[in-house]
Order: sequence, then C-alpha cells, then structure tokens
Amino acid sequence: MAKIHVTTKINGEPIEFLCDPSETMLDALRNELGLTGSKEGCGSGDCGACSITLDDRLVCSCLMLAAEAEGKEINTIEGMAEGENLHPLQEKFLEEAALQCGICTPGMLVAAKALLDQNPNPTETEVRFWLAGNLCRCTGYDKIIRAVLDTAAEMREAAQ
Amino acid sequence: MSESENKWIGKNTIRPDGADKVTGRAAFAADANMPGMIWGKVLRSPHAHAVIKGIDTSKAEALPGVKAVVTATDIIDFPVDTPVPLGIQDMRWMTRNVMAREKALFHGHPIAAVAAMSEAIAAEACKLIEVDYEVLPHAIEIDDALADDAPILHDFIEFDGKPSNIAGTLEHTKGDVEAGFAEADVIIERDFTTRPVHQGYIEPHACLVSVAPDDKTTIWSSSQGQFMVRAMTALLTGIPQSSIRAIPAEIGGGFGGKTIVYLETLATILAKKSGLPVKMVMTREEVMRASGPTSGSKSTVKIGAKKDGTITAAEGFYWLQAGGLPGSPIRGAAGCALAPYDIPNGHTFGYDVVCNRSKVAVYRAPGAPIGAFGVECVLDELAEELGMDPLDLRLKNAAKEGTKAVHGPTYPVMGYAESLEAAKVHDHYKAPLGPNQGRGVASGFWFNAGGESSAQVNITEDGNVVVTTGHPDIGGSRAGIANICAELLGIDYRRVSVLIGDTATVGFSNLTGGSRVLFASSMVVTESTNNVIGTLCELAAKIWDIDPEAVTWENGEARPAGANAGQFPPLTLEELAARANETGGPIGAGSQLNTAGAEGGFGTHICDVEVDQELGIVRVLRYTVLQDVGRAVHPAYVEGQMQGGAVQAIGWALNEEYVYDKDGRVDNPGFLDYRMPVASDMPMIDTYIIEIPNPKHPQGVRGVGEVPLVPGLAAVRNAIYDALGIRFNSLPMSPPVILDARNRKEAAE
Repeated sequence: MAKIHVTTKINGEPIEFLCDPSETMLDALRNELGLTGSKEGCGSGDCGACSITLDDRLVCSCLMLAAEAEGKEINTIEGMAEGENLHPLQEKFLEEAALQCGICTPGMLVAAKALLDQNPNPTETEVRFWLAGNLCRCTGYDKIIRAVLDTAAEMREAAQ
Repeated sequence: MSESENKWIGKNTIRPDGADKVTGRAAFAADANMPGMIWGKVLRSPHAHAVIKGIDTSKAEALPGVKAVVTATDIIDFPVDTPVPLGIQDMRWMTRNVMAREKALFHGHPIAAVAAMSEAIAAEACKLIEVDYEVLPHAIEIDDALADDAPILHDFIEFDGKPSNIAGTLEHTKGDVEAGFAEADVIIERDFTTRPVHQGYIEPHACLVSVAPDDKTTIWSSSQGQFMVRAMTALLTGIPQSSIRAIPAEIGGGFGGKTIVYLETLATILAKKSGLPVKMVMTREEVMRASGPTSGSKSTVKIGAKKDGTITAAEGFYWLQAGGLPGSPIRGAAGCALAPYDIPNGHTFGYDVVCNRSKVAVYRAPGAPIGAFGVECVLDELAEELGMDPLDLRLKNAAKEGTKAVHGPTYPVMGYAESLEAAKVHDHYKAPLGPNQGRGVASGFWFNAGGESSAQVNITEDGNVVVTTGHPDIGGSRAGIANICAELLGIDYRRVSVLIGDTATVGFSNLTGGSRVLFASSMVVTESTNNVIGTLCELAAKIWDIDPEAVTWENGEARPAGANAGQFPPLTLEELAARANETGGPIGAGSQLNTAGAEGGFGTHICDVEVDQELGIVRVLRYTVLQDVGRAVHPAYVEGQMQGGAVQAIGWALNEEYVYDKDGRVDNPGFLDYRMPVASDMPMIDTYIIEIPNPKHPQGVRGVGEVPLVPGLAAVRNAIYDALGIRFNSLPMSPPVILDARNRKEAAE
C-alpha cells in the first residue's frame, strides 16, 4: 500500500513524514518520528496515556490517524519544557511526588496543560472531571489533582 | 542520630529519575528499538478449554516476511510430576503458561508465536496456523470447578483420592477452635465472595530481545525483576544465565503482575531462530485476557466472642481461583486473615482451585485482601451485635508485641493498636454524616518480605556518588535510596545518582515485590555506604599519617578525632576523591545480603460513602489510611503508596470484575468496560503515617506498599452497610447490585 506524505508541525517544528493510511498518530509519533514520550496503554482511547494536542485540542493520539496531522499543529510531552526549563506543571509533579511509575505522567501532563491553557482557575471537581480520561493506577489521583491545583494557583500569581 | 538531625531521611526530595519521567525521556519497555528489529505476535486459544491435538505452522512459515515460528515444542518442558520451584513460582506451570502444551486452559492461552517483518505480517501469519482442537467443557467459577461433574483440568491432580480441580491446600491452626466457640456468647458465621481483579498497570507487557549466534542474549523488558527474567528465560530456553543480560526498562506499573514472564521466552526463541532482534508488545486486550489477575474467591468466616468483646475463637475457609494452572495465593488469604488479632483459638484453611481462567499472578498483598474481607465484615457485624464501637472491638483484640499469630509467628514491636487509636481520635472518625451516608472501618495485615539484594556504591573522581541497585523502581524507591545514602555521607542528596543495574552490572537481587525494595535495598546501600566511609577515613588517615581509628566522618568530610582532634583541617569527599589515586585507588564498595527482619505491616482504614438511592452509585466521600510504616524515608512516596493502595481497594470493592460469556471468554477485556477508578470517582485520600521503627532495620523501615490494599474492601462494604442497612457479602458492589438489593429491601419492608 502506498504511503501517505504528511506535512505538519510538531512541537513548533515543521515536520514531514510518511505513514500507512491506517497508521495511528500515536504509532507515527513513536515509530516514525522517535517521539516515544506518548504511551500506548490501551489503543482504544480509554487511558489517556497517548494524550497530545491537535491545534490546541486535547486528543488521544491512538484514536487519530497520522494522515489527519496534515496541515495541523501537534504538541506532545516532548515539547512541554522550554529548553532546560520545565513547565510549571512538570516542576510541581516532581515537587509533590505526583507520579509513581510514570507511565501515565506524559499524558497526564499534556492533559493538565490543556486544561490550564483554557481554564487557569479550575476547581478540584473540574480538574477531576477533565482528567477522568487519564488513568493512573499508582497514585489514587490525590497528588496529581493537588499538583494541578497548586500549579494553577502559582501560575495565576506569577501572571499578576 | 536523632530525628531532628536528619537532613534527608524523612524529606520529600526530588526523585533521581524525575526529570526523565516528566519529559517523556524515560524509556519504558515498548520504547526500545534495535536496528534490523522484527515483530512478534502470539496466536491465542479461541477456546476456554481444549486438547491441542496438532499444530500445523507450515502455511504461516511460508508467508513472505515471516522469519520464525515458535510452539511449545521449542520451549523446555518440565514434567508435571517433579516440582521445579523458582521463588513462589513453579516452572512446571510457567512453561505451560507462556505456551499451552497439552491443553489450552483458558481463552487467550498462547498456542504459537510468529516473528515477521511487520506486526501486520506476524498477525496475518498467526491466522494461517492450523490448530486441531478437541474442545472440552469448561469451568470458570469456583462452584463450577468444584461440582461433582466438573470438567477436570488436569488429570494428574487428585484430592481426597479422586481427580479434582483442588490443586493444593494450606492450613493454620492455633489452640482448640471448638472449645473456643463453646466459650463464646455471640457467634457470627457468614459466606463471602470476591471477584478476580486485574492489577491494572497502564503499561502492557513488552520486550525486545536480541540473540547473537553464540547465544549471547540481551533482553530489554519491563518487569519487577530483571533477575527473574534472566532465570525464567534461562530455564525455559536452555540458554545459561551467564549468557543472558536482562536490562530492566522503566516499569509502567506492576503491582505484582510483572513478577513472571509472558513474552520474554517467546521473543528469545523467535530471536534465536530468526537471527534478528524481536520486539513484542501486548495489546490491552491480551493483557486482560491472558495476564494476571488475582484470584476470585469464596469463603466462610466464623468468629465467636464474649459479651465484653473478647474473641474466643475464629475460623475461616477460603477457596481461591488459580486460573488454568495451580498457584493461587491461599497463603496470603489464610495467613493474613486473622493476623491483626490476638486470638486464642484460630483455624484457617485455604483451597487452591484451578479453573479455565488466565493463570493468576501476584497482586499487591496477594490473597490478603480476600482473607481480610470476610473477617473484617464479620467483626463489623459482631461489633453491632455486642453494642461496641467497631474500632474498640478491634482494639480489645488487637495483636501486639509478643502475640502469637494464628499463622505462626510471634510478633515483635509493631504499630497495629496505634493505627486503631489514631483512627479513634482522628477528625474523620468524628465528623458528622448526612442522609444516605455511612462510615466503615477495617484493618489489615501483610507479611512483608526480605530476601536477596545487592548494591554497589561508587565515589566518582569528582567526589560525587553513584549507587547501583538491582530492583526495578516501581514507585519512587530511588528517591528513598538517595535520601539514605546522602544522609550517611552527609552530603546533598542531589550529589547521589541512583541507578538500576542490569543482570550483568549488579549482583543478584530478588524481585521488586513483597513490599521489600526500600527495606532490603537500603540495608545493602547502608552497608556499602558505611564501607565507603570506612575507606574515606583510611585515606584521610594516610594523608595525615595517623591511625584510621582516629578519623571520624561528619557532614561529608573526614575529621581527625580523639587526640588528633583539630590537628588537621578536615578533608571533604571531593578532596579525598581527587587524591584517591595517590592514596589507595578507586573508592567504592559493594554489598550482597539475604536480608531478614522485614516484619509484618498493619493498617486501618476509615471510609465514608454516600449511596445514590436512584442510581445505585456509591460515592466515596472521604477516606483515611492509617498505617505503621516503621520509618518514612521519603514521606510523599509513602503517602503515595497508601493512597494508591486504597484506591485500588475501592475499585475492587465497587466496580472491577471480569464478565465471562457462556463460552468462557472475557467479555470486557478493556478499560472502557473493566472499570477501574478514574479521577472523578475519587475524593482526596487522607493519610496518617505512624512511625514505630523496625528494630531490625538500620533506618527502621517496614514494607509499606501492600498493606494499604488489604483493609479497603471491607472498609467500603462496612460504610455501605452504615448508609443503607444492607450487608453486602459479595463484591463488587456495583450500581446494579446496590439497586437490586435496595429494591428487595424496600419490597420486604
């Protein structure tokens, strides 16, 4: 089967790649582009470990075809830190031990950033429902929710 | 050293692997690739129970792009009549679990595996493999497997002189139970069932294996023990352990489920046959059908007490599903059930029951939550019957230092009663409840494990530290090790790198399991670090030309002591490292120990729920975990264990279960229908850390990770009773179950 040529932007950089018509964006990221930060926990959009943003919209990259990236802008966990500076969410996850094994962490961070980008002052309930599509089996969510709320508070303060 | 002087032990430092984990750099099993790599896929049984009469792989082998095919004949057999123990596993069952041999024992049981140029070709080739099955009747549930006319899974297993699905038993006895019940004023006896639940790790099993023509084998995989991977692969392939290098990838959750191999053996043989590196990754569906879970169970628990609450006798019978091959955690169920209590007359009995489900794997305190569920439910009812507070009833009978447990040991100092006392005075226990709300409590115990661990502590030439241990870090243990090493050396923890070695670079270390990692690895790291400090003092003594005994190590530097005190300026770690070449050479020390003294762990949970009378949904409103952890070396990760364990228990209690169809196939092999807790289901989980140091450990550490799963099932159940007035003795207490019970109660009233 002929490969499809895709021109897109990933983490701010123009990127071209070839993919099979049936290839998921997650497989293209991991297998074609070497961006293995996005994880496959289920392949069915239920665990959120593969979360990325597509034109600023949070999506499960396992449910998206790679060919759909044409002309779009994608952001992954690899683009979250700016150079050597971690994003405040990344810093807070480390400070507050909001990860144990770390497999859900990239997706959790991408999803949390997507929330704070559109809602800088979420309630605990809003954070819990926003992250309900990101499974974590280790932490019981407590420290993750706290880290997101604490980051939001600090970012609001810094923005003033 | 007193508490207040600790600089790092007890501090929430940043984990050594932290930056990697939050940036996507951390390499988990499926993240590895090799040049020339091909892909392996597994053909799985479409039947729950069938004799394999023949396998024809010729069409698959002829498909272009296929490089190798493996069936059970390629894997070393271990005859069923001779046990081959490896830890708690038996290679007789392991060889039959990684690949079906005489029979397919569950739907999803591996039948063959193919390696090909792409995953798609490998999957296509699997479809071309022709298998001649003789389909047999199957038994999924315990009662099906124990019925008089039950299909017998293994003709070599007998019980009571007859072919049976009871593969083994285990019994604990103390005192005279009959006499004990005769002394009781109140006796309560109830039957319980729990469902099998999966460990639910988010990372599916995966591995990448390369085998050179001289059999030198490199295995990159995600497991709870690279040495387990090496040992099992060696036994199943015949390649000597010295030729296998098992590299531990970062592990994306295990909870016990990654203490055995599934794919590594198949990939090794495929790589050997094809001469190419082979990568295999399970789908979530394969994980759900063919790995884990823990046992489903039925049990009968009977407890008798005097009017003042003194327990006179207790008895529990437990039947646990093993899946298709023997080995359910009856030891955990029968051993832990009564462990929190000082019971004069006790008897527990466990039955290991094979059935046509995937073979169970270890799951966090394996068996213990099942054991505790019935006991903690009966105690709740007993407390009501006696008019006692349920915590007071437990306190009256709480095991303490010197108590001889029903399962055998006499307890050293430990903090079970302290967890009950802390619960009694906790704000949570006194907080008011609203309508449809209820509160439950329960306690639990886990053995905890010691065992083999190795570590190497090396001082770098620039005076920093590299610690290598042999345990995959599943929840932040590297952070605890950094704290301890930095504390002993008196340096900033950021100067200590903590790495997990592969099987070729660090000494033998047993599994990440049994809540043993920080307990055991800190013992070898402590010994190694103290030896390094000894060397540093010797080097300083040489420089100063005084006795090594006249040198002390304080705050990261050697100081002359005794008669020489103050005679020389102190020498720092950096200075000593820089002069190592002239004073004696490399500075480092290794330690290997078979650690002992882990001692059991105890905890108590308080749970508040609200029951939605219309929808049958149980919402957990508030939850508190109280536990004696010995010493919290890194409190945030200790809290994380307590919180994560409690939420797994809530999932087990409320929602998680496998649904089987009439043909013995799992109907819900994915996260959509196998409903684990999500963020919006949960409240914050409060923790209360009790620190009664373990006297047999240099830092006082006890195992932490498994205890917090144990009390949770009954804590939730007892809270639902308090809210609804209905005692549920079967799990899960899912919305249809709650609604049905509520409606029946309403109709009866």
